[in-house]
Amino acid sequence: MSTKTYQAGVKEYRETYWEPDYPVSDSDILACFKVTPQPGVPREEAAAAVAAESSTGTWTTVWTDLLTDLDYYKGRAYRIEDVPGDDESFYAFIAYPIDLFEEGSVVNVFTSLVGNVFGFKALRHLRLEDVRFPLSYVKTCGGPPNGIQVERDKLNKYGRPLLGCTIKPKLGLSAKNYGRAVYECLRGGLDFTKDDENVNSQPFMRWRDRFAFVAEAIHKAQAETGERKGHYCNVTAPTPEEMYKRAEYAKELGMPIIMHDYITGGFCANTGLADWCRNNGLLLHIHRAMHAVLDRHPKHGIHFRVLTKILRLSGGDHLHSGTVVGKLEGDRAATLGWIDTMRDRFIPEDRSRGLFFDQDWGSMPGVFPVASGGIHVWHMPALVTIFGDDSVLQFGGGTLGHPWGNAAGAAANRVALEACVEARNEGRELEKEGKEILTAAAKHSPELKAAMETWKEIKFEFDTVDKLDVAHK
Amino acid sequence: MSELQDYKSRLSDPSSRKFETFSYLPELDKKKIHKQVEYIVKRGWNPAIEHTEPENATGHYWYMWKLPMFGETDVDRILAEAEACHKANPTHHVRLVGYDNYKQSQGTAMVIYRGPIKA
Repeated sequence: MSTKTYQAGVKEYRETYWEPDYPVSDSDILACFKVTPQPGVPREEAAAAVAAESSTGTWTTVWTDLLTDLDYYKGRAYRIEDVPGDDESFYAFIAYPIDLFEEGSVVNVFTSLVGNVFGFKALRHLRLEDVRFPLSYVKTCGGPPNGIQVERDKLNKYGRPLLGCTIKPKLGLSAKNYGRAVYECLRGGLDFTKDDENVNSQPFMRWRDRFAFVAEAIHKAQAETGERKGHYCNVTAPTPEEMYKRAEYAKELGMPIIMHDYITGGFCANTGLADWCRNNGLLLHIHRAMHAVLDRHPKHGIHFRVLTKILRLSGGDHLHSGTVVGKLEGDRAATLGWIDTMRDRFIPEDRSRGLFFDQDWGSMPGVFPVASGGIHVWHMPALVTIFGDDSVLQFGGGTLGHPWGNAAGAAANRVALEACVEARNEGRELEKEGKEILTAAAKHSPELKAAMETWKEIKFEFDTVDKLDVAHK
Repeated sequence: MSELQDYKSRLSDPSSRKFETFSYLPELDKKKIHKQVEYIVKRGWNPAIEHTEPENATGHYWYMWKLPMFGETDVDRILAEAEACHKANPTHHVRLVGYDNYKQSQGTAMVIYRGPIKA
């Protein structure tokens, strides 16, 4: 029998939500926040406030607290750590009991974890760095509708990364001209082409026309090359009803894969679409528009490794991961951390890769990381080394910008890829010998030779904005 | 910059058909095949040999040559089986597969002998 009595008023958060002796349970959802409090707010109080505001607490005591077992349901701040190289921020580790959340709902989990607490006045900045999902929660989520192995089996592609290309210009092509660009890429040797994320169903190209012309392109390219092909038909839509309608039509056309933007489209729509794909046998490619709004600032927002975990739970077979070497942001060690988070069964805590917790996915299938943006044949040796076989490498400009057109551009990329894989299998060091490997391959591929001449000088050497936290003193 | 070239691939030309990994490279010679078999063995995968008529290459299931060579790590023995399959089926594509029983999938698969293409 509880002996607690009701006393109105404001209590310090740490009295209830700071428990440094709390023994973490295997079934708890664990979170690591980087907290930057307002000056004068003690660390324990700030950490406890984050735990409270992201779980059961509110700013004042309420009598109805006494009608429940708060000790069973409350989140607890259980550890505080210094952030290397940063005096004003600290890491707060918080444990949430699993019964705070609806089963199989990343929507529910993140409405709590990154809800009101991010606007909390006592904090200057707040960033969700990592989340540990217990296996007991993982098992309640659908996850990737197919996974890496099933996709390979369906497409009959083994022992190498897959190759894709986003069709450009990203806006303004007619459906028929768009289908032409798709056909040329696929007959030249790519596995996939992709709708740009901005392409939904605009006046210049309605979705139904696009899907129909693309389907013809795929079927002809398959007959011509004898290989399985796909185009990521973007079904991201203004409403879920419209999204499902587009997905149904892609299926009717015999398309093997569709595409969704999981952040702008929303986690609810994404989880539903992943279920639909599982029920209908289609692959699901996931784009991540808006992610940089959330994940780029080093002190505020949600780290991409968390967005990666959200997607693996919500469901998707491909997810854009950054390229490390191309035009978009991404530190190499940190990128390796989240691509392993997409693909592997168990990923151990490793601070040198920004991983704050062990993560066990059990039998949940893996997601293909997609490297896309500003990459071309000269990047191939580095990409094969960094990403390994279980990845999709997407060359947009690096295919379409070939002086002889898309088919030649596609063939150049395919030859470069296969030459790199062959050399790697032979035990050669790709990043050291890349130039010789590509030059030798170009001797029997005029398409590759022309590509190497076109892109020789392009480099992207800006410093990464969001780096891992390391001591610099 | 070299002159603009046409991309020669035709529905009507059976030699336009590809067969996945390494089919965009020249046919592997003996030394190169040896190295790929070594790679499969080093990865701990189980080697297997399959073959098919080139015109039936697009299906998932090719003819299995005997059984996968479970636990076989002798590169020359694996090569001898591939060659025996090629000699018995000189007009077929012969594919080398590395089964990865942990991933329950194929770690790699590549055509190592290409059958002659009938126009």
